[in-house]
Order: sequence, then structure tokens, then C-alpha cells
Amino acid sequence: MMILSGDPPRSRALSLILIAIVVVLAITPFVFPGAKPLNVAAKICIFAALVASYDLLLGYTGTVSFAHTMFYGIGSYAVAIALYGMGPSWAAVATGIVIGLPLAALLALGIGLFSLRVEAIFFAMITLAVASAFLVLASQLSWLTGGEDGRSFSLPELLRPGTVFIKDLFGVRINGRILTYYIILVGCAAMILGLLRVVNSPFGRVLQAVRENRFRAEALGYRTVFHLTYANVLAALVAASAGVLNAMWLRYAGPDTSLSFSIMLDILLMVVIGGMGTIYGAIIGATIFILAQNYLQALMGAASNAAAEAGLPLLPGLLHPDRWLLWLGLLFVASVYFFPTGVVGRLRGAPKPAE
Amino acid sequence: MATPNNMTTLETQSLTIRFGGHVAVDGVSCAFRPGELTAIVGPNGAGKTTYFNLISGQLRPSAGRILFDGADITKMTAPLRTRAGLGRAFQLTNLFPNLSVEENVRLAVQAHSGTHYDMLRPWRTRRDLIDRADAILDSVALGARRSVAATALSHGDQRKLEVALMMALEPKVYMFDEPTAGMSVDEVPVVLDLIARLKTDPSKIILLVEHKMDVVRSLADRIIVLHHGKLVADGQPAEVIASPVVQEAYLGIAPGKSAA
Repeated sequence: MMILSGDPPRSRALSLILIAIVVVLAITPFVFPGAKPLNVAAKICIFAALVASYDLLLGYTGTVSFAHTMFYGIGSYAVAIALYGMGPSWAAVATGIVIGLPLAALLALGIGLFSLRVEAIFFAMITLAVASAFLVLASQLSWLTGGEDGRSFSLPELLRPGTVFIKDLFGVRINGRILTYYIILVGCAAMILGLLRVVNSPFGRVLQAVRENRFRAEALGYRTVFHLTYANVLAALVAASAGVLNAMWLRYAGPDTSLSFSIMLDILLMVVIGGMGTIYGAIIGATIFILAQNYLQALMGAASNAAAEAGLPLLPGLLHPDRWLLWLGLLFVASVYFFPTGVVGRLRGAPKPAE
Repeated sequence: MATPNNMTTLETQSLTIRFGGHVAVDGVSCAFRPGELTAIVGPNGAGKTTYFNLISGQLRPSAGRILFDGADITKMTAPLRTRAGLGRAFQLTNLFPNLSVEENVRLAVQAHSGTHYDMLRPWRTRRDLIDRADAILDSVALGARRSVAATALSHGDQRKLEVALMMALEPKVYMFDEPTAGMSVDEVPVVLDLIARLKTDPSKIILLVEHKMDVVRSLADRIIVLHHGKLVADGQPAEVIASPVVQEAYLGIAPGKSAA
């Protein structure tokens, strides 16, 4: 209970789903062979943490930020540039972290103090502007960032696939790649539990109060600009950390994998699908979204072929793998329509007031 | 008037605010004394709530000063004024609608305890804050409703909760803005008893904006009258109510003229 900060899932179905997700993620290297399942699992872990940090902003304080991928990108690029420039050493990883995280925090602090004093829409606009500028900067400063191509790099020896620790454990070769995966899994779990602690702390309760009625929170004596700014800084730190892990998993950082606005949209969708203001929703949303992104196409291909073999009219065309984005879109429209409070809100049943 | 140093003092000097060409509060100078309940009366639009907003910091004056405990607080933000000891209950109910009644008060208790940025432990471990919130809810007869959402309360109960939030701040200055407006007859005494109980503390300044003359008569030690943003009368309740200026400004009766 203490590890969940006194905020359990509060629904049997939700608890079971969460346990299932965590267990499957924990045993993925042993039960699903091949590179793709492990890639998908790592991406789910990273996005669960990234989306949870966005939920801290959107779900708990009610502020809309478009700069979340910027912080994610700062983490990614910092570690990528450090490893690219200094070579594959732990010192380079440490340098990337020591530069990337404070940079993200400082930027978030500046944006927050500058723009969170006033209307929330102003903050949204500022984050949009800064994030756009950063995206342009990252693709223009080729000498530093590699431009559109990004930066590929090698990891320290310990984390490489060629480094084998155990030749055969339950039929699986335990190498540096699997070690990296578990570092990501544990790191992201720690970040999500940390965020759960923050939102259930006295500080987190004030964030909800600001979301509900900022004017009243001020009249009670809370200087809300600081609460919002600290939340923004925390969210930026977690996003940058997720970015570090992402770059280390991909051994690459580029505009498309860490900075683009399409990632920002994905994060928004994941928060909404999972359920805003719950933290747990981030895990559910990231899992559903990334599974759909990776397997819907294959699933549809199989269904399309099956329909064609069965001689059904129209269906093979409708289910053709090339139409997967259409179905993904329909899936989201349906999920938002049927679960306006997200999967977590739906599973928890009728909305009850936060105590 | 000389007050001992440890006593709370609140004073406005030529306090003025203009909205465009309209002067909502016009050069109001008034000193409030501890142990005294001052009722602020006046017709609708006289600037009573605006005057409150200036004192508690929701609005900045165009001219004039506010002195609190000897310090000039004219430029201080609302949260800092609250922390300094200016408590405010709002006229239009102003709560955290989707949070529970208990959480509404607990947030106020937490603010008063100075727990602003503690993010490392679960809020439930601060049992002291929860117990204090429950005690305050019991004192306004809302204990039984503590786990419902504030928005689900009846209007009268929301008014009581509004007052409970201010009580939780344990301020030096209590500012009630029409605390009984829209309350049913049987709910009014709960709030009036509460204010009467606060009055027994000789160190507190209590300001009360109120329309009901019977309430004003029974509670006020002093009445000031605002009319078109100007302070037009100040004194003992009986004499102020009887004065021609109040009869004209507040009740709309011009002495010597027959009603049109």
C-alpha cells in the first residue's frame, strides 16, 4: 500500500489488468522470442512513464503543454550526443544525464515562471512556440545533432547484445540487450511510482485544487504559480529521463523518434484513452496504443487473408493492412466516445469525488 | 486610536479603484479595530464586495493604501495576504466543486499549516490535517456530509462550507460577504451563531457585508455605509440606521420627499 502511496487502483478489473501488464512486461524476454516483442515492450515501458508525467500536468493541474516531447527530446539528444562525441563509456552516459536533466528542468522552470502566472492558454501557446523552435534548432544544428539524420551511437560494452552474461537461462541467452531492457523496466516503474507518490502528496492535492478552482486556491494562501511550475519541472525531468532511456534502447536519437509533434499527439491520445488524472491510466493507455500501433497491421493482414479465403465480399478490402490507420482512428473515436473518462475511469465506475 | 502592539490593526487610506470611467470604490478611509464587528452596508452596486476584493488582494487599487498590522500591504498578492492573516469568505460560493467537502476544508487546513510543497509522503499520513478539517466541519454542522462532492451540497450547505474554509485559515481578520444570502430560515442561525462565537475573541477583526438589517442589528458593533463607492456614514448601529443619509442611500427614501 505504501509503495502505491495509498492510492490503489480501486477496481478489481483494473488491478488484474495492471498486474497482467506488469507481469507480461517482466517476463517478455523469456516468453516472446525475437527482437520485435522486446522492442514493443520497451516502448510500452518508456511511454507509460512519459505519459504518466504528462498526466501530472494535464490530468492533475489541468494545464495543456505542447512541450512534453521537447523535454523527451532533450533527454534523448543529451545522452546521444554525449555517447556519440565521447565514445561508448559510462562517463558519457553520466555526462548526458548530468547535462540533459538539469537543462530540461531549467527550461521548464523558465517557461513555467514566465507563463504560468496568467491564463492557461498562454502557457499552451508558449510551450508550442518553444517546442517548435527547439525542433527547428535540432534539425538545423547538424554539427551537433546530426540534423534530420539524428545521431546513432554505441552503448557501453555492458549493454551491448554481444555481451553475454548467461548462455542459457530458460532457453534464453541473457545479454546486454536484455539487461538494458530490465534497466528500462525498473527505471520506468520507479518513475511511475514516484509520480504516484507526488500526486498523492499534500503538494499533489494542491495541484488538484488548482485544477478545480485556481482563484480559490490562491485565496487559501497557495501561491499557485509555484505549484504549477514545480509540477512542470517534475514532468519535464521524468520526460527527459524517459528520453534518455529511449535513446539508449534505440541507440539513436533523431527528430522523428524523440521530438516530433506526432509523438506529442500520441501522448495526448494515450492519456485520454487511459484516463486523465489517474497515473494508472498512463500504463493502460500506453499499452493499448503501442500494441495497436505495432500489431494492428499484422492482425488486419491475417484477417484480410482469412476473409479472402472464405470468399467474403468487401471485407478483404476493408481489412487490408494498408487501411490500418483508418481502423486505428476509428478505435480511438470509439474509445473516447464509450469511455469519456478513459479506461481507468470506466473501470472505477461512477465518478466519486476525490477524498 | 492607540492599540497595543500585539493587537491586529487594519486600515484603508483613501482607497480608490476605477474601472474605466467608473469609480467603484472612491477614497474610502477607515480603520478597523480588534474585538469589533463592523458591518458594511449599502445598496447593490455600492462597492462593498469591491472594497473586500481590494482588502483581500483580488483587486489592486488605483490609488490609496492598505495597512495591516502596521505594514503597507497594498502591493501584496492575495495568497500572501491570506498567509498574513486576512481571511475571506466569498459572496458567490467559491469552492472546489468536484472535491469532497472534507477535502475542501482539508486543503484550507493544509494551507494554514504551511504545508505547501511537501511532495514526498502520502497526504493521508498527515492525520492531523484531516482531523482538524473534520472538527471544523462538525462545528458548522457539516460533519455528516464530509464525503460528498462540494457541488452536491445544497446552497445553504455550500455557504456553510465557504465559511468553514475561512475558519480553517484561523485568520486575524474575518471577512464575511453576505454569509447568509440565499439560505433557508433554519440554516441562518448556524452561521450567525458561528459569527457570534468568533466575536467573543477580542483579538479578531470581523467585517461583514450584509443586507439583512435584523442580522446587522443583532451582530454589529459598528456600521459603515458605502454609497456609489463613497463612505457616507460610520458609527453605532442605532444612530447609523436612523441617520437620514442611510435612509436615503440604503433604503431609497429621500427625507422630506414623498415616494414617487
